[in-house]
Amino acid sequence: MADGASVGVVETRFAELFTADAPLRLDSGAALGPVTVAYETYGTLAPERDNVVLICHALTGDAHVAGVHAGSDKRGWWDAFVGPGRVFDTDRHFVLCSNVIAGCSGSTGPGSINPETGRIYGLDFPMVTTADMVRAQRALLDHLGIPRLRAVVGGSVGGMQALQWALDYPDRVGSCVVIASTTRLSAQNIAFNAVSRQAIMSDPDFHDGRYSEHDAVPHRGLATARMMAHITYLSEEGLQLKFGRNLQDRDRVSYGFDRDFAVESYLHHQGSKFVRRFDANTYLYLTKAMDYFDPFPDAEAAARALEPVTCDFLVCSFSSDWRFDSSRSMELVEVLLRHDKHVAFQEFTTSLGHDAFLLDVPPYKATLKAFLDRRAEAS
Amino acid sequence: MSERDLAAPAELRKDQRHVFALIPEGARVLDLGCGDGALLAALVSRRGVRGHGVEIDDDRMLDCIRRGLSVVHEDIDEGLAVHPDESCDFVILSQTLQATRDPRRLLREMSRVGRASVVSFPNFGHWRVRLELLFRGRMPKSRDLPYEWYETPNIHLCTIADFDDLVRDEGFVVRRRILLNGRGNPMRTSIFAGWRASGAIYLLQHGGDARPT
Repeated sequence: MADGASVGVVETRFAELFTADAPLRLDSGAALGPVTVAYETYGTLAPERDNVVLICHALTGDAHVAGVHAGSDKRGWWDAFVGPGRVFDTDRHFVLCSNVIAGCSGSTGPGSINPETGRIYGLDFPMVTTADMVRAQRALLDHLGIPRLRAVVGGSVGGMQALQWALDYPDRVGSCVVIASTTRLSAQNIAFNAVSRQAIMSDPDFHDGRYSEHDAVPHRGLATARMMAHITYLSEEGLQLKFGRNLQDRDRVSYGFDRDFAVESYLHHQGSKFVRRFDANTYLYLTKAMDYFDPFPDAEAAARALEPVTCDFLVCSFSSDWRFDSSRSMELVEVLLRHDKHVAFQEFTTSLGHDAFLLDVPPYKATLKAFLDRRAEAS
Repeated sequence: MSERDLAAPAELRKDQRHVFALIPEGARVLDLGCGDGALLAALVSRRGVRGHGVEIDDDRMLDCIRRGLSVVHEDIDEGLAVHPDESCDFVILSQTLQATRDPRRLLREMSRVGRASVVSFPNFGHWRVRLELLFRGRMPKSRDLPYEWYETPNIHLCTIADFDDLVRDEGFVVRRRILLNGRGNPMRTSIFAGWRASGAIYLLQHGGDARPT
């Protein structure tokens, strides 16, 4: 597939939404306001405002999907997918992504100042759900004067948000793309999240979430959480191919507790890299939102939720993804077909595991591009 | 079914045109092994059909997505698990039955999902096939059966008589049977059909309560 071109230099913008008097009402009953939402856009908004594709980022993503910021060479997390001629073709679409609320990359979250106390929220930040995140995104669209989405697209936790969009704002979504995702976490998924949170909260530097007031960072706990989660993002085959039993900077095992194996060193590197860019409290909140996600708890709820839905769906999964394996996507497809929705589902064969949705899997990119291009031609 | 209904889009293969003509306006259709989606797309756009497809091949999936079809990437040998009971009027299985691992199980699955089935297959009892085996002593090859025995995907070939037996044993009602001659056109009479037909298309009704089609 042609690689297209980069979107070049971009910048993150910030929208001030809601107020103390007219706050964002959360599923928990709590209210949040004012709310800052960080976002980026690529391409040009059509005069009819009908060419908008919203990207929902995954657990540790941010609004910086593509391009580079001035003075930096760090590309966005889905850079290879966004630009003229690319999957999200900026000659056709106006692409938008915002950092979720409770995030730590510019949007209001547990690291923000609580206007009521003047202190950092920490664990006083209200619990947010996937539906709450989508509510904030909808407010951003209102703020930007965008009535309707051509498509909403997300991988993993982003796929949950995309599905939530289709259910909560059916008259504002043209197409919904759910990639490497699920309608609900399994016990095993929740278990992994629980251990991640436990690692963070049991770190002596956690200080009940007030670590920044102690000039501390629960870096061991957060790194451990990331290391464990990272294993679930890769497949056993992928790890084996990449590392096998290779030793790290040595010819023989140490008979000690050094990082003998290359895979240990790799995970450690992933952990320490992550700690520098991500907030521990945000990790707690977002994994909890993931645990709570369950738009179809039973058949009646599914029927109610899907009744007004008119958009068409593209559901993608990856053969070696065991975090949200193909059967989880099939569950979504099954419930959509049960309610006679228009759905295309494709499983892609790859050893790249859950992470595949971010990576260069040519048939996957071709399908995603074909689906989105067609939406542009249809409108 | 009137003659007018037989007017099918020219872009379809001959056998697809016969299937197209069997599907009434506005029906709900599931096309198993829908390939590049040509038949399904024609049914959707010209017959107002509410259609879904199933396809296993990546490249053909892409064709279907380019056509904007509702299509699931699925191996029909694994069953039709994502498709709900009685969710469509017609399940189409076009030139695929003989390549499935368990044709009887698949037909049962089709009867679970749809009120009627349209099944087409090559007739292994065609006289050319019989003569080839009789005189050449080799596994027959033809336009419909172009593969060598060791690489053929057609692992469950049957004759029209074989299929009739299975249909009867399973309790399906044959609503319509189109016998095709060597050029793929409907035969005028069914005399010696088992010898003369190179293939057949069946419209099967499942159970007793389905409405006449």
